Amino acid sequence: MSEATASHEGITGLVDDWAADKQAYHVPWGKAMMWIFLVSDTFIFSCFLVGYLNVRITTTQPWPPQSEIFALSFGGDPIPLILIAIMTFILITSSGTMALAVNFGYRKDKAKTFWLICATAAFGASFVGMQAFEWTKLIVDEGVRPWGNPFGAPQFGSVFFMVTGFHGLHVSAGVIYLMWVALRVKRGYYDDKGFEIVEIAGLYWHFVDLVWVFIFAFFYLL
Amino acid sequence: MASAEGQQHPLGIYYKIWILLFVLSGFSYAVDYFEVQGALRWTLVITFMFLKAGFIVAIFMHAVWERLALVMTILGPPTVLLILIGFMSIEGNYTEGLRFDYMGHDRDAVALTPADLHGEEGDHGGEEEH
Repeated sequence: MSEATASHEGITGLVDDWAADKQAYHVPWGKAMMWIFLVSDTFIFSCFLVGYLNVRITTTQPWPPQSEIFALSFGGDPIPLILIAIMTFILITSSGTMALAVNFGYRKDKAKTFWLICATAAFGASFVGMQAFEWTKLIVDEGVRPWGNPFGAPQFGSVFFMVTGFHGLHVSAGVIYLMWVALRVKRGYYDDKGFEIVEIAGLYWHFVDLVWVFIFAFFYLL
Repeated sequence: MASAEGQQHPLGIYYKIWILLFVLSGFSYAVDYFEVQGALRWTLVITFMFLKAGFIVAIFMHAVWERLALVMTILGPPTVLLILIGFMSIEGNYTEGLRFDYMGHDRDAVALTPADLHGEEGDHGGEEEH
């Protein structure tokens, strides 16, 4: 880190950073590693989504109407896609609290950081809870299975369980990770080491939100 | 903006982006709620999606403040996915055509809705083309 001081910006900076025998990324190693992990995770999710694109194009059976299948009634007429919309807003809210946690972490405001990370984890946990409710409704009430469903193309079920399941797993892992970081922040573990870890955990959390943006658009809306 | 010291920015920008993400999600949901269909639906949903994704990566994940070497590492490799998407959609359309032409699959099949199955009198929303 010492001899490798970033000098130029832009294209010149890009060439400088790659051309010499020195450190390429002027960030803490944990952050560079998290980014590289996220790039690899991008490829996993992309494979799922491209697989979905392919089966959705190739199937000759009509695609089930997501808007109605994911509708929910609060006593009156079913409101289309309402649960998914609420889940989307919850995940964005959690992204916001996480961004604030990163900021207060760098200000060394441990109490605010701790509570903001806890809030993020709580929103994440409620997201997983709603997903469990959604899965239950689909499996028990609507009879959707990974190999078939009463509405149309059987691929609907396999894509749904695969993609939302893998995303839900990421959210669940994120909640555990965040709680772990939050407890260590509270205990003062990072007082000397610095609070980059909050930003690194934040990168993971924002990535989970980012993936949901694509799932929401491609699986639920289109 | 040396990132070795961490990403510190005024809180205001986070609040603004936060609100913007809410608004964009609201717009996406409105597209479905008001049953916008066809090319307009695709255009709107994908535009809002890329705007949301862009703001999350740029501001919340601090990509605009990172050095280009890191940004290229993050955004460069995933661009090859565009080729995969292109290939798979060409191949997919070909496969679908074969199934219609040689396997006798029904071109006019219509999906069922929960209302059809639960015996309620509901309007048919299943004619959505994919």
